[in-house]
Amino acid sequence: MANVLGAHDLNFKETELCLGLPGGVGGNEVDSSQKTTGKRSFSETVYLKLNLQAKETGMDLNKNLENGSKEKPVSTKDPAKPLAKAQVVGWPPVRSYRKNVMAGNKNTGEENEKASSAVFVKVSMDGAPYLRKVDLKMYKSYQELSDALAKMFSSFTMGNYGSQGMIDFMNESKLMDLLNSSDYMPTYEDEDGDWMLVGDVPWQMFVDSCKRLRIMKGSEAIGLAPKAMEKCKSRG
Amino acid sequence: MQKKMMYSFPDDVLEHVFSFIQSDKDRNAVSAVCKLWYEIERWCRRKVFIGNCYAVSPRVVIKRFPEVRSIELKGKPHFADFNLVPDGWGGYVLPWIVEMAGAYPCLEEIRLKRMVVTDESLELIAKSFKNFKVLVLFSCEGFSTDGLAAIAAGCKNLRELDLRESEVDDLSGHWLTHFPETCTSLVSLNISCLGSDEVSFSALERLVGRCPNLKSLRLNRAVTLDKIANILRRAPQLVDFGTGNYASELPPDVLLNLAGAFSSCKELKSLSGFWDVVPAYLPALYSVCSRLTSLNLSYATIQNPEIIKLVSRCPSLQRLLVLDYIEDSGLEALASSCKDLQELRVFPSDPFGGEPHVSLTEQGLVTVSLGCPKLQSILYFCHRMTNAALVTIAQSCPNLTRFRLCIIEPKTADYLTLEPLDVGFGAIVEHCKDLRRLSLSGLLTDRVFEYIGTYAKKLEMLSVAFAGDSDLGLHHVLFGCESLRKLEIRDCPFGDKALLANAAKLETMRSLWMSSCTVSFGACKLLGQKMPRLNVEVIDETEPPDSRPESCPVEKFYIYRSVSGPRFDKPPFVWTMDEEGKIMH
Repeated sequence: MANVLGAHDLNFKETELCLGLPGGVGGNEVDSSQKTTGKRSFSETVYLKLNLQAKETGMDLNKNLENGSKEKPVSTKDPAKPLAKAQVVGWPPVRSYRKNVMAGNKNTGEENEKASSAVFVKVSMDGAPYLRKVDLKMYKSYQELSDALAKMFSSFTMGNYGSQGMIDFMNESKLMDLLNSSDYMPTYEDEDGDWMLVGDVPWQMFVDSCKRLRIMKGSEAIGLAPKAMEKCKSRG
Repeated sequence: MQKKMMYSFPDDVLEHVFSFIQSDKDRNAVSAVCKLWYEIERWCRRKVFIGNCYAVSPRVVIKRFPEVRSIELKGKPHFADFNLVPDGWGGYVLPWIVEMAGAYPCLEEIRLKRMVVTDESLELIAKSFKNFKVLVLFSCEGFSTDGLAAIAAGCKNLRELDLRESEVDDLSGHWLTHFPETCTSLVSLNISCLGSDEVSFSALERLVGRCPNLKSLRLNRAVTLDKIANILRRAPQLVDFGTGNYASELPPDVLLNLAGAFSSCKELKSLSGFWDVVPAYLPALYSVCSRLTSLNLSYATIQNPEIIKLVSRCPSLQRLLVLDYIEDSGLEALASSCKDLQELRVFPSDPFGGEPHVSLTEQGLVTVSLGCPKLQSILYFCHRMTNAALVTIAQSCPNLTRFRLCIIEPKTADYLTLEPLDVGFGAIVEHCKDLRRLSLSGLLTDRVFEYIGTYAKKLEMLSVAFAGDSDLGLHHVLFGCESLRKLEIRDCPFGDKALLANAAKLETMRSLWMSSCTVSFGACKLLGQKMPRLNVEVIDETEPPDSRPESCPVEKFYIYRSVSGPRFDKPPFVWTMDEEGKIMH
């Protein structure tokens, strides 16, 4: 097959193409911060959000993969720590249609319940010019949702959700620290039409009542805090 | 100088001859013979297939083929099925419907796959095409039951309405009542994707009762077991039936009634559905099992021995879709009972669970391949594999045309030898000379791509994930696979070199998708500049790609050939690289 551009035509110096290997940085890159290289090698998609945990536990999960280690990542059985392996987007390649149906199958025996199709909610982020949709049934915890949102809107990070995955609303100063620490805060519209801070109720309750997600600037989300605490108190 | 060939025929004779030529490939060949044949052929082409709706504009199609009766369009890239293509990417059918409404008043058939279809589009279809007969919406989205009501009410001669696996907004359950009492033409109705409460059952019953030619009926989950017998008794001529909800706690005589209803369907050859199946009701099917050629249990959470009991009664089975609950033991039963098996798909019951909880291994697939030499199509999800198993499968099933293996954990090696699975997949492409479609998984080096480039000469579609070591891998495929039309790659260390060196190859293909690889923005720009007949679309959801150095890898890109230039309906996160090296937005 004749090649139009031909190997000879490609003077790599002229076109300044970077042929860096994954996991490493090409020779002519100055800024090697994760954002500008935009690398998305397998090791990074999986461990994007877990660098925090890795640092805490002193493990360097990325290094393991780059060394071509065939070991499976360590999955902690400690329920207080999330599993070391996050879900890779679109893998294994199971179609959403099938995922929705299978999710519904897990609820057999409840005859009169409404169809357990996926719970798709729109997600918007302040400043981002596009909307995404997520299926809340795909996740089992706030941490998983956080990881997925982080991948979709990778310029935002969510705060530390604590061991139960919920925000401690009873502690006002803790809450304020959280809001002041992150750039963005996920909020959601519940079945009453109120905008609440994500993480105020147990996960399943959240899935059942969430109608929409909006990732707000932390400074704006602070305005929701008093209402959130009030609702939390009234629930007892 | 005009030469009148001694053996030329009058135009209408030629046209009559051409009417026997159905395949697009042959039609295209005919039209290339000479100007006269081109002209005659284009006026009598009735069926058009457009594999990528952005490869050509509706106006260009209409101009060339003015008398089309049937059109098939595909929109989003295949990886959209796995959430890799962001919402709003495109694939809108409305512009096509608008143009065809004016140009093709006699249009009868529209088949769409992975496209965005709005209620407005459906209403326009119902209004514009007086003799409309067939609507197939495969994996589409964007419409509601309102649009379906318009189709039901407006298309007086509707024969086929097939919504397979589409996403439909539930607004009202009564759209079925919009089929007029005079509608008796239905041959095929597939509403299996509709959620609960979206079907008016009495309207459905009446509709089924008055359509004597109904051959294929696939119900949705809302239709409960007790209603199925009534439906079947009204349509004993059914060839293909999709049950609704197969769960119940009903009195025992219902089971007898159901068994009777099934046995009255003497033509029934294909079954699907089985949501929430309760094993106690499976014996109702036994009377039809011996005639079954196709069985889709892939949404049924039954386990062994029920699966084995069912499958062992189906000696005529050619197609089986099932969950991994079948396990190796069930596949063994399948191998000994179903010697005519041509297609097998085994889906994961718990794809994200991590540890396997069913005993389904490479052994099951080996057993089936040994027992069923007529196998042509395999889709298999499992947790482990060996090269030896793949070699056996390859040698036992030389007629394979589609082989898709998904080892759930990426980069899993041969679990016995700990080697990559290059040799195994190499055997597949070497022995299965008619292989058209291949999906790879497991630990794979550049070597597997060398095998593919060397042997897979008929390969048309290749899906690659977490494989390869270097650009050489991609080069082998682009250079060697002569019949390649669609290539989709994710999370592989393939960069600029192979892509740019094989740029001309891309014009011979329908499309190339690459995501999470190491192709740089600069390379995409270069391709866009040098290859005007390619649309090079970079997908970046965070910021414009030119806000970073050109050497930075792009997150995702999609390249496809097109005669109509860049598209105008791009969302904010898609950038086209154009001829002047600008990024268009």
